[in-house]
Amino acid sequence: MTMRDDETRLDGNAAAGLLDEVFRFEMTTTRTVCAGCGTVAPVGALMRYGHEMGAILRCAGCDTAIIRVARTGDRYWLDLRGTVSLRIEDGAPAPGEPAG
Amino acid sequence: MGSGFLSRGFRGRPRDPEEAARLPPGQYLTRDFPVLSAGPTPRSATARWDFVVAGAAEPTRRWTWDEFRALPSETITVDIHCVTKWSKLDTVWEGVSVDTLLDGVETSAQHLVAHCDGGYTTNVPLADVTGGKAWVAFAYGGEPLDPEHGGPARLLVPHLYFWKSAKWVRGLELVDPDRPGFWESLGYHNYGDPWREQRYAGD
Repeated sequence: MTMRDDETRLDGNAAAGLLDEVFRFEMTTTRTVCAGCGTVAPVGALMRYGHEMGAILRCAGCDTAIIRVARTGDRYWLDLRGTVSLRIEDGAPAPGEPAG
Repeated sequence: MGSGFLSRGFRGRPRDPEEAARLPPGQYLTRDFPVLSAGPTPRSATARWDFVVAGAAEPTRRWTWDEFRALPSETITVDIHCVTKWSKLDTVWEGVSVDTLLDGVETSAQHLVAHCDGGYTTNVPLADVTGGKAWVAFAYGGEPLDPEHGGPARLLVPHLYFWKSAKWVRGLELVDPDRPGFWESLGYHNYGDPWREQRYAGD
């Protein structure tokens, strides 16, 4: 059979586009705390899986799904059960805004 | 979102009217077999593999890999339809009918949740996996199922969108009430009939 390795794992920065459509603050530097193992990591350091159905950001330590986000037509669906909290840096430039 | 497999060699509406009639609305034909995964690919050794029927089931059933492979199996030729809009015709699988796995199991449940290595789940009505409509497949195209395509075994429910055909399946939990699975709880349709184009919740 023809194989395509479309499950290529990327880091969380690769999901920045879809997350930036939902969040009005910088997500890649936002800090998550894994609900599975307690690992603290910025979104940009999570492991991104999934393609056209949605983005799944998993803990690099235990594979827990930290953030799941999908766009279905004109709706976004967001599941944050995998993170205990989001620590958002105040003053971080929002997507598309000039820094400083 | 990524469009990592747009470089495939063949894409489009079929010229053959017979093939076109087999394509649900909004779908295009592919000769390829795209891989979509929501997590790392598990590499389950069959020596440690088992398959369980549990939940609201009496009795609970469990098979080792060797016991599972000793069950009667069938060759199944079906068209498959992914919610990301590709369809593939005449795919050939070998698997054990879910009817065989549920034979002798008493339940009052009307739904089940398939559980998989890696934590993936999907829910289907019991009526959609019985009566010769679903299988636990262990071979594709005459070869053992590759891990990337769900090996050693995946659910095959070809009349629903292909996310219901859960890769790396390890068990069926009979449940009441219904319980939305991985994609069903993130905006995808709870049932997922490609002929009614039930892609998203509310479709």
